[in-house]
Amino acid sequence: MMFLDYFLTSVALGMTFLLGCTGEILTEKVGHLNLGIPGIMCIGGASGCLALKFCHGLPGFLAVIIAILAAILGGAIMGAIYSFLTVTLKANQNVTGLAMTTFGVGVTKYIMNGMAINAYKNYLYALKYFRAPFSSAATGLKYWGIMMYLAIAIAIGAAYVLSRTRVGLHLRAVGENPATADAVGINVTAYKYGATCIGSAIAALGGLYYIMDFMGSVEAYKTIEALGWLSVALVIFTLWRPHISIFGSIIFGMLYLAGTRIPTLLGINLGMSATPLLQMLPYLVTIIVLIVVSVKNKKENQPPASLGLSYFREER
Amino acid sequence: MAKKIALEMKGVTKTFGSVVANSNVDLTVYRGEILAVLGENGCGKTTLMNMIAGIYYPDAGNIFIDGQEVNITSPADAFAHGIGMIHQHFKLVDLFTAAENIILGNSSDERYSITKVIEEVKRIADKYGFRIDPKKKIYDMSVSEKQTVEIIKVLYRGADILILDEPSAVLTPQETDRLFEVLRKMREDGKSIIIITHKLHEVLSISDRVTILRKGEHIGTVNTAETNAEALTEMMVGRKVRLNIDRPLPQNVRDRLVVKNLSMTDAEGIKVLDNVSFTARSGEILGIAGIAGSGQRELLEAVAGLKQPEVGEIIFNRPKKNLPVSFYHKTLKEVVALAAEGKFHYEDGTPVDFTDMSRAQIRALVNGGKVLFNEDDVMDLRDKTPLQIREVGVRLSFVPEDRLGMGLVGNMDIVDNMMLRSYRKSNTAFVDRKRPSALADKVVRELEVVTPSTHTSVRRLSGGNVQKVLVGREIAAAPSVLMAAYPVRGLDINSSYTIYNLLTEQKKNGVAVVFVGEDLDVLLELCDRIMVICAGKITGIVDGRTVTKEEVGLLMTKTDISDEKEVL
Repeated sequence: MMFLDYFLTSVALGMTFLLGCTGEILTEKVGHLNLGIPGIMCIGGASGCLALKFCHGLPGFLAVIIAILAAILGGAIMGAIYSFLTVTLKANQNVTGLAMTTFGVGVTKYIMNGMAINAYKNYLYALKYFRAPFSSAATGLKYWGIMMYLAIAIAIGAAYVLSRTRVGLHLRAVGENPATADAVGINVTAYKYGATCIGSAIAALGGLYYIMDFMGSVEAYKTIEALGWLSVALVIFTLWRPHISIFGSIIFGMLYLAGTRIPTLLGINLGMSATPLLQMLPYLVTIIVLIVVSVKNKKENQPPASLGLSYFREER
Repeated sequence: MAKKIALEMKGVTKTFGSVVANSNVDLTVYRGEILAVLGENGCGKTTLMNMIAGIYYPDAGNIFIDGQEVNITSPADAFAHGIGMIHQHFKLVDLFTAAENIILGNSSDERYSITKVIEEVKRIADKYGFRIDPKKKIYDMSVSEKQTVEIIKVLYRGADILILDEPSAVLTPQETDRLFEVLRKMREDGKSIIIITHKLHEVLSISDRVTILRKGEHIGTVNTAETNAEALTEMMVGRKVRLNIDRPLPQNVRDRLVVKNLSMTDAEGIKVLDNVSFTARSGEILGIAGIAGSGQRELLEAVAGLKQPEVGEIIFNRPKKNLPVSFYHKTLKEVVALAAEGKFHYEDGTPVDFTDMSRAQIRALVNGGKVLFNEDDVMDLRDKTPLQIREVGVRLSFVPEDRLGMGLVGNMDIVDNMMLRSYRKSNTAFVDRKRPSALADKVVRELEVVTPSTHTSVRRLSGGNVQKVLVGREIAAAPSVLMAAYPVRGLDINSSYTIYNLLTEQKKNGVAVVFVGEDLDVLLELCDRIMVICAGKITGIVDGRTVTKEEVGLLMTKTDISDEKEVL
């Protein structure tokens, strides 16, 4: 029973990673390493909460919709800023990404500091309906709701688009070899902007999901950044495949919670010092995956070929 | 036969900043015809074609397709008008299959279905006689297979006018023949084909008409049947050029560099050199022929000390006899010490005695080339770094394939690049700038490098001039072995012949020249012996004076288990 609770809770937590990871995969598939994802996830949570604050007193259902739309908008704006800097101005992607994270975390802190519970209680109230029929379950099942299914649907949808559609083919071509894509008449800039903005919007949903659905408290914004970095690590862990990231996110969820759950599960007391060690596990696993993949050296498992490189049309 | 005009350009002009790439060019292609566009590198052939393909937009002039004036502003426009261009550097996504690359960018309303694409690709392949596996990934393909994918890609999009930019540059003679067969089939099918090239024999064998460009201007259009190589060259260069390379018989031949059973694997565990043995002799040019990427680069790098082979020997017979001692490799102290051991003699054969001379006198004698070595030294170069090789006094010059990556530093000026080879010689904490500066002046003057000054960054020079700087520097080191990998790649016909003459001159001076080339016609004219390498194996070492191009071509693909596997 305790393990089941651990597992079900991990699945729910994992959806945060899943949304962040799917968003990052879309961005990386067009060749942009967006290290701004943690900041964008924070902004997602913050803009959702901010919208709720302004729309104070709306019925619960509308409140949720508005929060989601606000998070999408906030993420897309962050994505647009990032794209403008890296695609149009061709700024260094790593530096821009890190700046976006610093910016996003800072702004979130400003917005969230001292936000009253009244601002978002309608949302929390509405969650009950969104989580039917499990909302009163005793285990982690109580977190399972529409947002979670949405996250999985987005991941599957992204996987389908990437591998089965013309848009996906073009998108991957842009990330692999933008000069080639350009030569065959694909609008490279549009694809880069589009994928980055949509990806950022998806990642932003992850931030909102974590604060409001999973934790149910604006105070939770403090940990989003850490989860955001794990989402970026998850991209590597899943080798840029959104459908694998569904399972990857559950594994990461379990590993993330391992620090607090496993000692209880085994009935032992590891003491305070052991918890951070266990929390390292997701990163450790990512490193191991990277090593294994590098040793196997299969072309399909490598990052998109032009990841991190700006595309200059005139350069030959 | 009333031929219909497929494409016509009238008075097309294109400038980049102050550089005129094309000026008032006219060009006409008929349906069912192969037109060759001939010109030296940098004469504006590719720019002209890029305007048809929608990559550039002309500053002035008009383009007509089937008699209608058209406005081509993007590659998509060009496709819409049935124009397809096969670029010299393939534009393919490595990770995708052939079929995925072929469908790429195709935005028809039809539902995306890769199986349908595969069927269509097979249909096109059957029609024109291509051999291709649509499901094969590009990174698994040979160069000629990749070219096939590029051609099918434009055919799939319904192109009627195909532009091929230097299509044979990367192919073996056999593959080129097969390509030309396919092109002839397309011509019968009514397609118009424009082929950009600077290889005369190809022009003569495949085209119906030739348009010649020189310095961006249209010089003339002639029927291929009514012309010959000399006339075309004259039009291309603007004056008579002697097309045969001077090839004196090797003099004073000695084994200089002996490579025995060399094997090497790359980082991915693939054998890049497999039991390679050969001898490079002084006073002759050893050509290395092979398809690009067959191990030529690795071989030269192994000899130059840049890569460590696993097995094998690299023996160098260091010449001393009758070669001048220079301060380039030795300090004054060492020279005096060696002279005391009786290792030097004067030109007339009398032994050298430095005991009563001043430093300035010794310096003048040695730098003046009056002091010569007595005998040869045998040395093992294996597992030595380039610096160690130089320290033991082996004069090995290497002109690498990647000029601005390995040969020169692009952001540094000519003087500083000259210094790269000599900065260690200085005995003080400061570098000597005078001699490199003088050398830079000399190279610029003697090789006719076009540059504003010797203080211009090398990156800003044109390809031919960059190569002259590099070759000039390497030759100035008075090498006993000179290795040059694709030294004329990207160079126009005049610069190419300058380089060939420089190599021949080095050969006459008793240098063992190793020349990796891609143009078989040149290899056959320039080299005394030709070594053919295929997939890291030496498939033959033949006499450059008697062998035929076909024989070399066969050797180039000898280890291919089945000829069936090749495409095209």
